[in-house]
Amino acid sequence: MITTEATEDKAAAAAKVTINITGSEAVLKALITEDVKTIFGYPGGAIMPIYDALYDYNDRLKHILVRHEQGAIHAAQGFARSSGEVGIVFATSGPGATNLVTGLADAMIDSTPLVCITGQVFAHLLGSDAFQETDIINITTPVTKWNYQITDPSEIPSVLAKAFYIAKTGRPGPVLIDITKNAQLQKFDYEGYTKCDHIRSYRPKPIIRKEPIIEAASLINAAKKPFVIFGQGVILGSAENEFKAFIEKGGFPAAWTILGMSAIPTDHPLAVGMLGMHGNYAPNVFTNDCDVLIAIGMRFDDRVTGRLDKYAKQAKIIHLDIDPSEIDKNVKTEISIWGDCKETLPLLTKLIEEKQHTEWLNEFRKLEAKEVEVVINDELNPTTEKLSMGEVIKTINEITKGDAILVTDVGQHQMITCRYAKYSKSRSNITSGGLGTMGFALPAAIGAKFGAPDRTVIAIIGDGGIQMTIQELGTIMQSKINVKIVILNNEFLGMVRQWQQLFHEKRYSFVDITSPDYVQVAKGYYISGNKISKREELIDAITTMLNHDGSYLLEIMVGKENNVFPMVPQGCSVSEIRLK
Amino acid sequence: MKQEYTITVYTENQVGLLNRIAIIFSRRKINVESLNTSPTEVESVHRFTIVIDETEEVVKKLCRQIEKQVDVLKAYYNTNEEIIWQELALYKVPTDVIAEEVKVERLLREHGASAVVIRKDYTVFQVSGHREETENLIKVLEPYGLIEFVRSARVAIIKDSNGFHEKLKEFEHQQPREEVIENEYLNKGQTIFTM
Ligand SMILES: Cc1ncc(C[n+]2csc(CCOP(=O)(O)OP(=O)(O)O)c2C)c(N)n1
Repeated sequence: MITTEATEDKAAAAAKVTINITGSEAVLKALITEDVKTIFGYPGGAIMPIYDALYDYNDRLKHILVRHEQGAIHAAQGFARSSGEVGIVFATSGPGATNLVTGLADAMIDSTPLVCITGQVFAHLLGSDAFQETDIINITTPVTKWNYQITDPSEIPSVLAKAFYIAKTGRPGPVLIDITKNAQLQKFDYEGYTKCDHIRSYRPKPIIRKEPIIEAASLINAAKKPFVIFGQGVILGSAENEFKAFIEKGGFPAAWTILGMSAIPTDHPLAVGMLGMHGNYAPNVFTNDCDVLIAIGMRFDDRVTGRLDKYAKQAKIIHLDIDPSEIDKNVKTEISIWGDCKETLPLLTKLIEEKQHTEWLNEFRKLEAKEVEVVINDELNPTTEKLSMGEVIKTINEITKGDAILVTDVGQHQMITCRYAKYSKSRSNITSGGLGTMGFALPAAIGAKFGAPDRTVIAIIGDGGIQMTIQELGTIMQSKINVKIVILNNEFLGMVRQWQQLFHEKRYSFVDITSPDYVQVAKGYYISGNKISKREELIDAITTMLNHDGSYLLEIMVGKENNVFPMVPQGCSVSEIRLK
Repeated sequence: MKQEYTITVYTENQVGLLNRIAIIFSRRKINVESLNTSPTEVESVHRFTIVIDETEEVVKKLCRQIEKQVDVLKAYYNTNEEIIWQELALYKVPTDVIAEEVKVERLLREHGASAVVIRKDYTVFQVSGHREETENLIKVLEPYGLIEFVRSARVAIIKDSNGFHEKLKEFEHQQPREEVIENEYLNKGQTIFTM
């Protein structure tokens, strides 16, 4: 079927033959030519013509019916993050479209490629406060890389081609295309679909310039204490191998941001852990001790830098990034290498000297030992009666051998997971980094599984976050997708409680949250589950969950008032990181 | 140090782009002193002229954020010394006062004002020039019953610009040619890396 479709299209394009089709059909033909397999969506009045056309394309395009449009967009994000492809969302006008806003903001700040298609009222009704009309273009302008409203079906092929090109090239991001109902219904002369490969006002990546690379190499070669920090740019650029070659040749200790995590295996000999507010001790301290700081595909978020005027002041900073607006935005750099790190890293690797910085690396290991002694031991091997979040993650590591994709929500469980998870493959750590969106994990895990069907996907969620998008259990039920759900229940909005304890004299204001019987709720959705609270049950419970044929929900009761440490308190410098 | 900067943005002619550009300023609570949209010497290319009072550091970052927008071709910023600029002001004054007071006519002439409309009840004068010039005339006319005043946004020509025809040709190429400086702030050298 697919080949016939494509051949027909190509033949039509070559012969300049046009076929008379509706705008809706043109939308679906665009998706097929862009090799889309999965759509996450929810129908409604203004997008009904597209859904009507989809009825006939059911064999070529898989549509996953979610339970809320926020679920659709987070699922598309999970899909994009696990597969590296563009995530696709369908939603209707008005409330359907506005329900996408949180996901767009999340995808924008975390550079996730999405194409969202929303229905809109008939063009002649625009601006008349028609039923389910919202100005979604203006609402979503600050949270999209590009958006566009189509009112004429003949625009559909070229606009969608642009949408895909913009979403996935350069620094990726979400694109929203709003299509009025008349444009979906009307027929037009379709000339085939041509993929976009150039927009004159948009340069996704530059050609690489020689000087900064040569300068950077000589700075690096003279460094006594070079330190590499990297972000999601390495993953988005599929530059994992180039990155590894770079740090291995130079012998640089390397630390990741939360989104850069899993780009190299967590047990890589040069890996020194996670940066940032709840990151590891050594990389935070040595940010303010290294002599050359090499930042790759990361954007110096305030959760990473802490107090800016005390950030790496002693170091010469080299910044490699594809987005020129990130260079010198938060941190002044000595040398900037603008470009795709898949291209720039090999050039730089070629010019650097082969070295080992054994002593320098040992300094990291020494602080690491201190962190193990003061924080990590207690978290991973607690003597308390209640389970700790850390020992759950440790057990998951041991059983999955670091091969699973872990999708986390937002809060203490997220920080603990990112601190202690072991990963052997890239694209394994999926979390809402920049926006910190509670409710992200469950739908994102569904999408992640569709994006990487051969991998085990485990969602790790707090008792607060699960209740924000719990309706997506319905999506799991209907699509029969296999995701494992671990709820780490501390009977609190834990992360907020921790701040109230540390910075608001333990005034626990509205963080005491109650939960339903999750196992019963899951059962209501025909999903198997179990609840445990004892250490002796842990290994068995996780093994049972992973061996179960199909989705599974495991609720684990953990210590109520545990805190995540180390911590860089707000307003402090990274080197003032507290171990307790 | 804060000072007046004029930002010149070359863009595609796209609905919604005005909003995209405007929110770059409003999101950062930066007051836009003046904003003008205009066609350019190149058909299909539009030009925004935006005036703000900020430090160069901030202006530079704003330009990068503007240039990051997909439909923006190029954003430049300049100090007042680097541009030729004008604003147009209109003044509505009662005709009888002007007719009676010879002084007023002289004042208007001194300020380079010319009459646009003369009616029995009122006369509209126009002045183009820098802000201080148009502002001064308000003070002068106030005692004589200035009825209405309005001033346009700034339009500015960059002294050492060669226009946009050549630049646009660079953008039409799928790959930039070697000698093209893609980003004035980032491309320190010009040589392309070849291995
Ligand atoms: C949508 C949304 N609302 C509020 C917050 C603020 N917030 C951050 S963490 C947190 C607590 C999360 O509690 P829970 O899901 O139980 O996870 P825990 O911290 O206990 O692991 C809250 C309320 C947020 N990040 N996102």
